Amino acid sequence: MSFVQQYARRRARVNWGELALQSFLAFCGLLSICTTIGIVAVLLFESLQFFRHIPVWQFLADREWSPLFLAKHFGIAPLVAGTLLTTAIAIIVALPLGLLSAIFLSEYATPRARAVIKPVMEVLAGVPTVVYGYFALLFVTPLLQKVIPGLQGFNALSPGIVMGIMILPLVASLSEDALFAVPRSLREAAYALGSSKFQVALRVIVPAAFSGITASVILAVSRAIGETMIVAIAAGQQPVLTANPLAPVETMTAYIVQVSLGDTPYGTLEYQTIFVVGLSLFVLTFGLNLASHRLKRKFYERFV
Amino acid sequence: MSICGTSLNRLIARQHQRERWFRALAASAVALALTVLVVFLVDVFADGLPRLNWQFFTSFPSRKAEQAGILSALVGSVYLIILTAVLAVPLGIGAAVYLEEYARNNFFTRLIELNIANLAGVPSIIYGILGLELFVRFMQLERSLIAGALTLALLILPIVILASREALRAVPLSLREASFALGASRWQTVRYHVLPLALPGMLTGIILALSRAIGETAPLLMLGALSYVAFLPTGLKSPFTTLPIQIFNWVSRPQAEFAVNAAAGIIVLMVILLFLNALAIWLRNKYQKRYQW
Repeated sequence: MSFVQQYARRRARVNWGELALQSFLAFCGLLSICTTIGIVAVLLFESLQFFRHIPVWQFLADREWSPLFLAKHFGIAPLVAGTLLTTAIAIIVALPLGLLSAIFLSEYATPRARAVIKPVMEVLAGVPTVVYGYFALLFVTPLLQKVIPGLQGFNALSPGIVMGIMILPLVASLSEDALFAVPRSLREAAYALGSSKFQVALRVIVPAAFSGITASVILAVSRAIGETMIVAIAAGQQPVLTANPLAPVETMTAYIVQVSLGDTPYGTLEYQTIFVVGLSLFVLTFGLNLASHRLKRKFYERFV
Repeated sequence: MSICGTSLNRLIARQHQRERWFRALAASAVALALTVLVVFLVDVFADGLPRLNWQFFTSFPSRKAEQAGILSALVGSVYLIILTAVLAVPLGIGAAVYLEEYARNNFFTRLIELNIANLAGVPSIIYGILGLELFVRFMQLERSLIAGALTLALLILPIVILASREALRAVPLSLREASFALGASRWQTVRYHVLPLALPGMLTGIILALSRAIGETAPLLMLGALSYVAFLPTGLKSPFTTLPIQIFNWVSRPQAEFAVNAAAGIIVLMVILLFLNALAIWLRNKYQKRYQW
């Protein structure tokens, strides 16, 4: 056997090993797609069983949700209303605070201040949601009850506020990234025209970064919609179609927790409701995530 | 002329005034966020610290609040995280290496990338539903440690992949080219040159992903992890409870004594998380200094 043949053979053997490794690595990548397929398949499979008994229009149009009672109603509206109410409160808290924090961090803060503030924000973002739930139920609600007399023990307001604090670091850090991505030349041009820092921030940087900021807010909305423990602990378990933040509500996520904590038998219509609600939740958050992703990519393409 | 000068002065003064106000407003937004964190921590320490004693760490859950402890929850959390790490870390790093070092820029690759970005945004309770149906029901793992770990592994996999890719991307291309020029194969390059340099960065991301898994409650509730587990897990198929689930159970009871237990449990959980966060930051700083390109 000539040297060249030996060499070719050895190379071929090495390539087999490389190929095996490469396939294993590709499998790892593929696993993430399998996860998505698994989620969609599980949600769709059980939901289809559900929709065999309950027509879709009834699910969308009925104004009551009471699958666990004797008089069963299957209208998703109250759960969606509860979810949107707590989410809206959270955004009202997180948007101004988060945006102002982002402006402060990107335009005003000294490097030393940033070095302190950023890690603390990271800690705030890393606090487990069950801990935030504790604060909502046992700290914020009693505090609010002193100010608002009619506030009930379970309500939408307190978990909404706490949820706003939870998503604040997300809004702040993603918005800051967007502000930071605005080219220096825009800032310098505005300063050269005699603008103050305040004018540059509000009239030049924020408008230029608008789509990036919007992307971060959409992502925050999606996070708030999918948030579970805070609302499960502090918002109550009463699916009512209301916009009153002082009354107890039930969100989609809290309902799923409620059913999973009980002993609903497998395969019943009540059991299938968690998959239908889960599917609605998935579709809602997936759409928002996709929109945020698109917007963000468009924004960065424009500047970078 | 002089009138014009004063009005200009006034305008500038007003401008400065507004500037100061806005600066104060922005600073107070940050201050408010940080104050809330401090107030929360002080509140929970005030509530829970008196309850933290040796008995709290060595007792099983109990109907009587003053006799209840976190032994099974703490041990369950530790086992669960180790298992989750064993499952998620190799798969996550593998996927990241594939996407960064092997994959060509084609439809398949872009699909995986978009998919990972979206998976990172899926609410954690949805993973719980997947775990309930796939692992608990279909694979008949019951409400076991392994079912919980598999679910959490799927949950943190996108985070591990994203963090690992970032670390890989930070390794300069010249290093790879030098290795290829010396006749190394792709795998040899990755194994002996890229991975060792990227590892500290990966580790930082992995620690942060695991600390997220430690605090995760909703997906485990979906699986039906029990809150009243008065024994330690004995094997992979053993029932279990975790610290956040125990805290949730105590919070949802109406009696005030259990709220004290919850506060004490939260202190333990927060101390663990702060320790992990500090470890991640320390790692990041240490290796950022060592490898400067």
